[in-house]
Amino acid sequence: MSPEAGLPEGILAHHYSSLERQNEAMRLGMWLFLATEILLFAGLFTGYAVYRYQFPLAFAEGSRHLNITAGTLNTIVLITSSFTVALALHFARIDKPRAAAICIVLTLLFALGFLGIKAVEYIEHFQEHALPGKYYAFEEVNIAGAAMFYTMYFLMTGLHGLHVVAGMSVLSWLLWRTLQGRYSSLYSTGLEMGALYWHLVDLVWIFLYPLLYLI
Amino acid sequence: MRLSETDSARLAGSPPAPSYLEDGTTLMSWLNTRDHKRVGVMFLVAVIVSFFLGGIFALSLRMKLLQPGPFLMDALGYNRLFTLHGVVMIFLFLIPAIPSAFGNFVLPLMIGARDVAFPRLNLASFYLYLAGAAIAIYGMVHGGADTGWTFYTPYSSTTPTQVLPILLGVFILGFSSIVTGLNFIVTVHTLRAPGLNWMKMPLFVWGIYATSIIQVLATPVLGITVLIVSVERFAGFGMFDPARGGDPVLFQHMFWFYSHPAVYIMVLPAMGVISETVCAFARKNPFGYKAIAMSSIGIAFVGFFTWGHHLFVAGQSTFDAGAFGILSMLVGIFTAIKIFNWVGTMYRGAIAFKTPFAYICGFLYFLVFGGMTGVALATTSLDIHWHDTYFVVAHFHFIMVGASVMAFLAALHYWFPKMFGKTYHEGWGLVAASLIILGFNATFVPQFLLGNYGMPRRYYQYPEHFQALNVASTAGSTLLGFGFVIILIYLAIALRWGQRSEQNPWGSKGFEWMTASPPPTHNFDEIPTITQMPHDYRTHEPPGVIRVT
Repeated sequence: MSPEAGLPEGILAHHYSSLERQNEAMRLGMWLFLATEILLFAGLFTGYAVYRYQFPLAFAEGSRHLNITAGTLNTIVLITSSFTVALALHFARIDKPRAAAICIVLTLLFALGFLGIKAVEYIEHFQEHALPGKYYAFEEVNIAGAAMFYTMYFLMTGLHGLHVVAGMSVLSWLLWRTLQGRYSSLYSTGLEMGALYWHLVDLVWIFLYPLLYLI
Repeated sequence: MRLSETDSARLAGSPPAPSYLEDGTTLMSWLNTRDHKRVGVMFLVAVIVSFFLGGIFALSLRMKLLQPGPFLMDALGYNRLFTLHGVVMIFLFLIPAIPSAFGNFVLPLMIGARDVAFPRLNLASFYLYLAGAAIAIYGMVHGGADTGWTFYTPYSSTTPTQVLPILLGVFILGFSSIVTGLNFIVTVHTLRAPGLNWMKMPLFVWGIYATSIIQVLATPVLGITVLIVSVERFAGFGMFDPARGGDPVLFQHMFWFYSHPAVYIMVLPAMGVISETVCAFARKNPFGYKAIAMSSIGIAFVGFFTWGHHLFVAGQSTFDAGAFGILSMLVGIFTAIKIFNWVGTMYRGAIAFKTPFAYICGFLYFLVFGGMTGVALATTSLDIHWHDTYFVVAHFHFIMVGASVMAFLAALHYWFPKMFGKTYHEGWGLVAASLIILGFNATFVPQFLLGNYGMPRRYYQYPEHFQALNVASTAGSTLLGFGFVIILIYLAIALRWGQRSEQNPWGSKGFEWMTASPPPTHNFDEIPTITQMPHDYRTHEPPGVIRVT
């Protein structure tokens, strides 16, 4: 029996000779897309490196004034969410769609939690006027380049936050698809792609956390 | 390449499958298509419209430059016009022109696939293009921008003109470009027909593949750069603003990290077109197939390490300038490899001097001229004299218009029968080609001289003793404009009233000719098995009966 037998309608596109080929294409496409995401962030990482080199004191001082508890908590939340999304894929592959759906819901909740904690941090910055560029009026850190630290901080965490929101939309869509019963031991590549994207969102944070909060 | 029996039967005249043009003729059947050929045709129409728009801007600029003093428009209007000319020509025409229009149409045909890897994404790429174009054009209508297409900070983050919508438009157009490139890479990796290994792939496919690598890896950096400039504009973040501790040279580094490889996005597909057409019109297999294929990848690779040659006078260290200069010259080596191989292909070929071949000749001459001046510009000491003068403008246009547009026109004429199944008027084709090549020389050779005498680019006024050369340049640009209008007219006539073309009017042995012209929606009734190299004119197997004309 070919692996295509028993597949739900509309999964294998007409121009592929086999499902295996199509999966291969989807995976390659996704990895290329992830590469573009990394290069998108690379621009900001370059900026961070340049200005950290230029204003080492301001960056150290700014970093010390971030809420390290919130940052650490968020790191734990995101790593756990990466685990639950991987678990969702695992359950889908052993034909347990309900368990998979529950794991996706958990991932979504963790994502919301991340955004909530981030919002609390942002509100603190607004109250302290620790804002980027021309709005900077934070009294505690008043050395040259301090505004630049917050510029980089807001650009990096802001773009990352947008990616969390994008990832949540993808996960919601995958949740709907999972509830429809599309993913099973026969086919789960769609879910795999979404999980890969979520891992990227997680991974970017793994780099942002030490750069902004720890060093 | 062998045709399957069903394909041969259809070509021999038994009931043909409806072509992709006849498979649904409503507007919705086009707007909602998943067919790579229709997406390609829609891109073709869009880029031609953009080309004429950008051309009108260019001609208006040349009209102003007839007079050294104020004439026709004020200085701000002039600044807006050259910005619009640059933005439209680069982001709306040159970048998508060959990959998105012709690449989409012929690449799957060439590798024996029924479609690109992700047909829906492919259509999305077209709509992203439209959305980006619409936002950019909105910005142009509502005040335009006066920064030039390079958007240098801090001017671009402080000028009162409408930079923001144009930046957002460019950001979205970047997505369109990324999606197209990603699609082609995956298509080439996963959808090649049985027997078609990498070293049998048509050279156009190699060119597009190399281009796609740049599109995927460089464009995101442009995305983040214009995003940051946008944030600077509406929120005053100051990452590139020296008044807030920012570094404007960092902007230049990030901008050129994309925008220098971007010129290879514009020229590598053009080289791919020439590699195909030169074989078809010399009726010879490519001379140095591997060298041509690998030099495409070489240009794509080295292209990432040359951006610093735009910053020779921006406060870069002498060591950096030297290193970037040498790396830039490596591109010249890869380009020369291609040029020698194309000429080698022609040598002792049975040349058919048709319209596309006229453009091939134009291309070779312009590429050599433009490329050699490029190597000269990569020499730091010379660049300091020529920096920001018309010499750079002329060099850039020799490559972009001279090489890329010539290849675009060669592709348009060569694949016109493939795409629409019609023949155009050969005589008018040659007339237009001569006008364009002549007009092009008259436009840009004076600009080399002007630049060498020290006329800066982007200036509204100039000293009176530069007027004679400026008038010559404007006269040339008028000829150039006439040439393009003639092409538009005879191709429109050919579309409507043109003779039905044969399946393979050139007798080409390129792989895209193995199916009908215009091809049926699914390209092949049966996926072909590839047994020979592309453009193998020694054998008498299909596709294409060899007809020496």
